[in-house]
Amino acid sequence: MNGIPMEHGLILAAILFAIGLAGLMFRRNMVFVLMSLEIMLNSAGLAFIVAGTAWEQPEGQAMFLLVITLAAAEASVGLALLIQLYQRFRTLDTDAVSGMRG
Amino acid sequence: MGVSMSYLPLTFLLPLLGTFILALSRGHMSERGSVWVGVSSVGLAALVTAFITIQFMSGDQSAQTLTLWTWISVGNFTPTIGLALDGLSITMLGIITGVGFLIHLFAAWYMRGEEGITRFFAYMNLFVFSMVLLVLGDNLMLLFLGWEGVGICSYLLIGYYYRDSANGAAAFKAFLITRIGDVFLAIGLFLIFAELGTLNIAAILEQAPAHWATGDSLVRWAALMFLGGALGKSAQLPLHTWLADAMAGPTPVSALIHAATMVTAGVYLIARMHGIFDLAPDVLHLVGVIGAATLLMAGFAALAQTDIKRILAYSTMSQIGYMFLALGVGAYDSAIFHLMTHAFFKALLFLSAGAVIVSCHHEQDMRKLGGLWRRLPLAYMGFIVGGAALSALPLVTAGFYSKDDILWQSLAADQKGLLLAGLVGALLTSLYTVRLIIGTFHGEMKSDHARNAEPGRGLQHGLPLILLAVLSTFIGAMIHPPLSGVLPASPGESTEAGHTALELIAAGTAIAGIALAAWLFLRKREALARLVSGGPGASLWTLWNQAWGFDLLFDRLLVRPFRILVFILRRDIIDALFGLVASITKGLNAGLTRTQTGRVRTYATSMVLGATVVLIFLAFGQ
Amino acid sequence: MILLWLVLVPFIGGLLCWQADRWGEKAPRWIALITMMLVLIMTLVLWLQGDYQLPAMNAGADSIRWAMEWKVPWIPRFGIDVHLALDGLSLVLIALTGFLGMLAVLCSWKEIDDRIGFFHLNLLFILGGVVGVFLAIDLFLFFFFWEMMLVPMYFLIALWGHSGSEGKTRIRAAIKFFIYTQASGLLMLVAILALVFAHHANTGEYSFSYADLLQTPLSENMAMVLMLGFFIAFAVKLPVVPLHGWLPDAHAQAPTAGSVDLAGILLKTAAYGMLRFALPLFPEASQTFAPIAMTLGLVGVFYGAVLACGQRDIKRLIAYTSISHMGFVLIGIYSGSELALQGVVVLMVAHAFSAAGLFIMSGQLFERLNTRDLQEMGGLWGRMGSLPGFSLCFVAASLGMPGTANFVGEFMVLFGTFPTAPVVVIIGACGMVFAAIYSLILMQRVYFGPSLNDQKFEGLDGREFTMLLGIFALVVLFGLYPQPLLDTTSAVMGEVQGLFQGSLPAGSVPMSSLAGGGQ
Repeated sequence: MNGIPMEHGLILAAILFAIGLAGLMFRRNMVFVLMSLEIMLNSAGLAFIVAGTAWEQPEGQAMFLLVITLAAAEASVGLALLIQLYQRFRTLDTDAVSGMRG
Repeated sequence: MGVSMSYLPLTFLLPLLGTFILALSRGHMSERGSVWVGVSSVGLAALVTAFITIQFMSGDQSAQTLTLWTWISVGNFTPTIGLALDGLSITMLGIITGVGFLIHLFAAWYMRGEEGITRFFAYMNLFVFSMVLLVLGDNLMLLFLGWEGVGICSYLLIGYYYRDSANGAAAFKAFLITRIGDVFLAIGLFLIFAELGTLNIAAILEQAPAHWATGDSLVRWAALMFLGGALGKSAQLPLHTWLADAMAGPTPVSALIHAATMVTAGVYLIARMHGIFDLAPDVLHLVGVIGAATLLMAGFAALAQTDIKRILAYSTMSQIGYMFLALGVGAYDSAIFHLMTHAFFKALLFLSAGAVIVSCHHEQDMRKLGGLWRRLPLAYMGFIVGGAALSALPLVTAGFYSKDDILWQSLAADQKGLLLAGLVGALLTSLYTVRLIIGTFHGEMKSDHARNAEPGRGLQHGLPLILLAVLSTFIGAMIHPPLSGVLPASPGESTEAGHTALELIAAGTAIAGIALAAWLFLRKREALARLVSGGPGASLWTLWNQAWGFDLLFDRLLVRPFRILVFILRRDIIDALFGLVASITKGLNAGLTRTQTGRVRTYATSMVLGATVVLIFLAFGQ
Repeated sequence: MILLWLVLVPFIGGLLCWQADRWGEKAPRWIALITMMLVLIMTLVLWLQGDYQLPAMNAGADSIRWAMEWKVPWIPRFGIDVHLALDGLSLVLIALTGFLGMLAVLCSWKEIDDRIGFFHLNLLFILGGVVGVFLAIDLFLFFFFWEMMLVPMYFLIALWGHSGSEGKTRIRAAIKFFIYTQASGLLMLVAILALVFAHHANTGEYSFSYADLLQTPLSENMAMVLMLGFFIAFAVKLPVVPLHGWLPDAHAQAPTAGSVDLAGILLKTAAYGMLRFALPLFPEASQTFAPIAMTLGLVGVFYGAVLACGQRDIKRLIAYTSISHMGFVLIGIYSGSELALQGVVVLMVAHAFSAAGLFIMSGQLFERLNTRDLQEMGGLWGRMGSLPGFSLCFVAASLGMPGTANFVGEFMVLFGTFPTAPVVVIIGACGMVFAAIYSLILMQRVYFGPSLNDQKFEGLDGREFTMLLGIFALVVLFGLYPQPLLDTTSAVMGEVQGLFQGSLPAGSVPMSSLAGGGQ
């Protein structure tokens, strides 16, 4: 429709996803892990919007609504875990709390 | 005639009842009570036997049967608990209950004051029960029942003094070796049933000649299998090694089981199955050859023993060798006749030996006895009469008539080799018998046990010895087993050529042997001692003393390999193989556990990697 | 309906025992004893009333007539019914279960003093499962009961077992037992399902019914594969070397009652399974497989015997002798002669008695000596009342002494097998010598020889004496007059034999009627 081609939008979504994934893999602080997850979810949402717009289908936006809901739910659980983590272990380092011997 | 059959089961039920009473008393029975039950049950059985015998002899002496019930019935497999009475079984029955009663009576004296006398008589009665069933069974299954039953009783009685593990080992050995024979017998039974479809002895003897031609390979196999069973039970080469060790049991046991009755079961079996053996002449010949070989082997071995019971054991083997020889030349009734006289005089010898042993405080080594003839006159008498019968002293002894008969039959059957073996054996017999008597009763007393010997007293001690001594003389030889019609005619019945000459030769051999032995052991004692103390004489002595080294051979050939096999397998190798599965699982578990680090980042990374791999496959896989 | 009760009574009794714990420790024992007595009495009544002698084989396999049948739909969609049926074979084995169940309760009277109610719950659940196995002729139901026996047995070993020698714990033994039998059960399930699907492909109907599946035509390879599935499942339980690994451990570590049940009944479910399912469902494949099966049986006879000679733990020794005896059972099953098959029945019953006797004996030894190690025994004769005498009787039975039922069974198997497989029989007969070796080793090491000390031990009390005397009386009774047993199972065995020979079932009628008319 307007000037931005679909590919650009998808590339942006992919970049965002990659950033989120990298954050997830390399950060140990749980706050950043959660933020990375949000970024990844949003990148997926962006991809839906872009594709929906490109094919002029409403389902893309509907899916985005679902993604937002999911992200909200995920954030609430994640933040709850984060608070528990901090209260129990006085740290936000996810590796430090591993109880396994591997 | 019908009357006697209905009493027949009593001959084995009475001893069985004795066993039950003794076993269920749970050790609360007094010694007197045990002796009463044990002896009287066999005594009553002997009375019943006498009654039946009288009826039988006064009748037409035909075979009769009595079926108690059908044991098993599946298809045509219908062995019964059935009894058959004919001349052969009545002869055996008489020996078992008659001689058995005398031995039981003697045992009451011999075992007095021993711990577990109840157990002793329970086993003895059980033995009589089994042995009677063995000879009365009208089919091979029931015969086998008795056959195995006497085996286990023999085992229990050899190991009667259970605290000594050597006795246990001897009992074990006896049971195992006879069991090897039993396997052969069992295979023979399978073969007979598969071929003839019956196990009834009379039916087998009737059908066999129609079913098989003479020398058919299957009938030869069947005969061989029966022979194998007989070899084990009767301690013939090569399954003979157990008998000498079996002397570990109380002496009445040796007299009853290992001289008079059980060991002759093999002879009975072959005589009973004569129809099969007649169809397999080469196997029958083998019987004779084995008998001849055994009688020589055991004769030499008896020469070099010092334990009086072991001498008697080897002499038993040797005498059974004579019976096998007789069977081998087709003289079945001579074999049974010798079986009977042998039961008399060998029981006498063993009981006399028992009297010596108890009087001398359980000393049975000839090197520590000697000079006892004055102190133990009754035992001495027993040894003299029994020994004379054993070495077949002409005319006055029972042994002469039966052994002479065997030699004559082998001549009549034109078996010169077997005849020669028999004559050499007769010489050997005289030699070791005289050596035994001189060593035990003459010379100086060689130990305190001998010097303090206390002669036995009482009816229980005296009566069996005297009665058996009477039966061992020519009086015993006047009992003729009613075997005509049961067993086929002997080769010697058709001719008389050379009989007198042979009788003279046999008598001469016996007397010459006795004279030679007397000269050797009375006059040339030092020379003999020098001969065996070094050089080839010593090795020969050791060889004979070890009975030609069969024990060692079997130990190396069978026992050791089996032990090694058991040792290798004892931890269950196959199970250990399955353990490998468990080990592999455990290893995998250990490896994979390492990947579970608990670090969320690692999990995420591996997820991404996994997803990537899957995507790549999906994209380029097709 | 009485069939359903046969199955349900042990389960109900078990639950009662569990609850009865609160009424004192005698209550569960008595309830369990009465329950098993009830099962036994019901079976004996059935035995007396029913007619098991007349075979009904005139019109081929679809006319299998059971002495008694009970059927309600369970999952109709897949053709699964609760279908119980009784014939001579199952009757004999259920009677055996009832009797050995009583023994198991009696022999744990003093041995078990912990969680008594729960113990009896497990014990009775095993027995209930076994009865179910013997009665179920719906394959799904059979599988259901088959698996049902395992769990309580696992608990029996794991909770009340003894620790074994050389660091082998009872938990380990229990797990081993469970994994072995569970894995084999899985194989059987797969085989059952494949058979049902094959039936479905033929007829368009799902059915787990025995009678329907009997006639499923299968390709040769398919039949062989499915037969192997069944065979392996049963072979683990029998056990057949090389799948026997669980047995010595389970026996050695189980409490006496567990060993009695294991050796006496659980092993028999396997033989029953072979006779009821593996052979009739796949007669041709079984016949092709018979030489291998008989060879495996021979291997078992000797392997078990040799290993028994090398054991130090008395219960392990007895366990290996069981393997040896089951070898004869396997030979008999695959010999395809009616005589041998009947011998298998006698041998199963006989072995149940003699093994139960031996295990009870070792339990009583353990109660007195607190050890199962043969090297710590010796010279015990005369110091334990009549226990040694009874041991001697059971040892004699186990070595196949004529006059005991073991002899009858063993010899019938060998007599029956000889015409078809003489070599197997000749080699197998040599197993008699090995049987003598291990049996006498047992006697020799425990009772004979020099004693370690002069301590006297308690003799048998009334309960123990009655138990042992009862078992031995049965051993001798069936040794001298096995005919009632043979008559009861002759129809079933004739049928199995008919199927196995591949001939028309009618061909085996004369054999069976001869057997029936033998009296």
